[in-house]
Amino acid sequence: MALCDYLPAMLCKFPALSDSTIRAGRKTIDDGFKAFVRSYSDLIDTAVQPLQVFLNFLERLFVTSPWPIILIVMLVIVYLGSRSVKVTIGTALAMYFIGLFGLWNDAMVTLAMTTVCTIFAVLLGIPIGILMARFDRVQATVNPVLDVMQTMPSFVYLIPVVMIFGIGKVPGMIAVVIYAVPPMIRLTNLGIRLVDKEVLEAADAFGSSGWQKLKNVQIPLALPTIMAGINQTIMMSLAMVVVASMVGVGGLGKNVLGAINNQFFTVGFLNGFALVAIAIIFDRTSQAFGKRLQKHSEVIHG
Amino acid sequence: MASHAIEVRNLYKIFGPRGADYIDQVKSGLSKTDLNAQYGHVLGLQDINIAMPAGGVMVVMGLSGSGKSTLIRHINRLIEPTSGEVLYDGVDVCRMNERDLREFRRHKTAMVFQKFALLPHRTVVENTVYGLEIQGIPAAESEKRARYWIDRVGLSGFENHYPNQLSGGMQQRVGLARALTNDAEILLMDEAYSALDPLIRVDMQTVLLDLQKELKKTVVFITHDLDEALRLGDKIAILRDGRVVQQGTGQEIVLNPADDYITAFVKEVNRGRVINVETIMKPLAGNPQGMPIAMGTVLEAAARAMTTADQSVAHVVDEAGRPAGTLALDTIIAAMVTPTGHGETPQAA
Repeated sequence: MALCDYLPAMLCKFPALSDSTIRAGRKTIDDGFKAFVRSYSDLIDTAVQPLQVFLNFLERLFVTSPWPIILIVMLVIVYLGSRSVKVTIGTALAMYFIGLFGLWNDAMVTLAMTTVCTIFAVLLGIPIGILMARFDRVQATVNPVLDVMQTMPSFVYLIPVVMIFGIGKVPGMIAVVIYAVPPMIRLTNLGIRLVDKEVLEAADAFGSSGWQKLKNVQIPLALPTIMAGINQTIMMSLAMVVVASMVGVGGLGKNVLGAINNQFFTVGFLNGFALVAIAIIFDRTSQAFGKRLQKHSEVIHG
Repeated sequence: MASHAIEVRNLYKIFGPRGADYIDQVKSGLSKTDLNAQYGHVLGLQDINIAMPAGGVMVVMGLSGSGKSTLIRHINRLIEPTSGEVLYDGVDVCRMNERDLREFRRHKTAMVFQKFALLPHRTVVENTVYGLEIQGIPAAESEKRARYWIDRVGLSGFENHYPNQLSGGMQQRVGLARALTNDAEILLMDEAYSALDPLIRVDMQTVLLDLQKELKKTVVFITHDLDEALRLGDKIAILRDGRVVQQGTGQEIVLNPADDYITAFVKEVNRGRVINVETIMKPLAGNPQGMPIAMGTVLEAAARAMTTADQSVAHVVDEAGRPAGTLALDTIIAAMVTPTGHGETPQAA
C-alpha cells in the first residue's frame, strides 16, 4: 500500500512474536502435555475403567435385548411420563420406521449414549446451579467457564480429551456432557434466583434451615425452569452425538459422519430424521412430565 | 407464667452498605433527608421505643414508607438492626446466635404476610403444617393440629385445594391457620389484611378478635388503615418517617392527637366506635336515671341501645353494677361528631 511506504514497518505489519518463538512455545506445551498424559496413562485408564464398563454394559443391554421388550419398556416410560396416548402412539410409529429402515441397532446405541450423558449432565448441573444461586462468588467464577464451554468449538476440546482418554465412548461422553451441561447449570441457577422473595421470607420466618428452604421452597418453585434445563440438555446431547461419533462413539451419528464423507444423501437424511424422531420423543415426554408436576399452578381462581 | 411482652428499645435501622458508620451521626441529629443526600443511605427506623403488651394486640400504624414493615421484621430479625434491642422474656433477639434465632422463630413466633406467601405447590393442609414440619413434628400429629386450625379459620372442606384455587380472603385464612398451627406466643401480622376487600377484611378482623379472646397471644399487627388499627389495637403506635409520632390506646390517640399529622388521620375516624362511655360521662348527681350502660361500651353502641329503648338519659355502671356516672343522648352525639377547630388547618391526607 502506498501509505505503508511512508510509515515505519511496525505500523503496517502487526508486530507478532517470531515464528520460532511461537513454535518453541507450542512444542513445549504440547510435549509437556503429552509427557504428562503418557506418565499418567495407566492411572487414567484405571480411573475411567468403571465408566467404560458401565457404558459398554448399557450399550449391550440396549442392543442385545429383543426389540419388542425395548419398545414396550420405552412406550411404558413415555406413557407414564407424558400420560398422553398421542405421544405414545407417535413414539411407536417413530420407532417402527426407525426399525423398518434398518436403523434399530444404531438408534439403540445412540439412545444408550444420550441417556447416560443426560443423567450425568443433570446430576452434575443441578448441584452446580444450586451453588451458583447460593453464592454470588461461585456464580461469578462459573459463568465465564460456561461461556467458554458454550462458545469453544467442540472439536477444540476434543483434542485434549482424545489425548488423555484415547478414542472411545468415554471421551465421547465427556465431549457431550461438556456441551450439554451449561443450560442445566444456568437454568437451575436462574430458576432458584427467581423464586419469590416473599415465600423465602416466610420460610425464614418459620425458622427453616438452609437445607429445608432449598428442599421445600427453592427447588419446588424453580422446578419449571429446571425442567426446561433438563429438556435443553437432552436436546443438546442428541445434537452432540454426531460430533462425538468423530471420536469413536457409534450409533446414528457414525452413520451421519460416514454419509458426509461419502456424500450419501439418502443415508444422511434417514439417520438425521431418526435423530430428530428420538429428540421429539424425549422432548414431548419430558415437557409433558414437567407440566404435570406444575399442575397446581395452572388452576384458575375458582 | 412468664411475661411475654416484647420491648423494643432505642432501635435504629439504616439501610445501605455502611449503615453502621453513620449511626452516631444519626443519633446526634442527622436527619433522614441529609443522610440520604450526603451519604446515600436510607434511615429506616430511628429511636423506636415501644413496649408491646403481653397477651394484647399491638398495632403499628403508618403509611407506606413509614418503616412499619421494617419494624415488624426486627421482632423475628428478618432484618438486622443497626443499633438497639428487641427484648422478649428479657432476651435480646438481636444478640441471638443463628441456632437460637432459628429456635426462637420456630417456637416463639409465627408470621402472617401481606401477600400471603403460601407455597403454591402445596395444598392448604400441606401449607398449614409447614411450621410443624420443619420443627420435625411427626406428620400425623402436625396434620391433626393443622386440620383443627383450618377448621377454626373456616376453611373446612378446602384442605386439599391448592392456594391459587382459592380467593384472596381464603388464602389469607390459610396464612392465618399456618401461623396459628405453630402455636407460638407471638403472632406477627404484616399488613395481613391490606390486600383484602373491605368486607372480607372486616370479616377477618372479627376472626382475629374472636380467636384472640381465647388465645391471648402477643399480637403485633401492622396496618396503614386507622379504622383497622382502632378496631384491633389494645395499643397503637403511629409511625412516620421511621419515627414513632404517638403511641397509646385508640381512645387516647383519637381524643388527643399529638400533632397535625395525626389530627388529619383522626378526622376521618368513626369516633362513635372508638370512644367509650366513661370518657364522656358526667359525675352522678343524685339518683341514677334511665337505663344502665356498662363501662367500656363504645358511644355508637350506647346510642343505639338508648335509641332503641327510647330513652334520652342513661347511667354508666362499672363491672360490679355500681353506678359511676350519667350520660345524655345529646352528649353522646356531640362527642361522636368530629369537633371543629381542632388544631390548625388539617394537612392534606
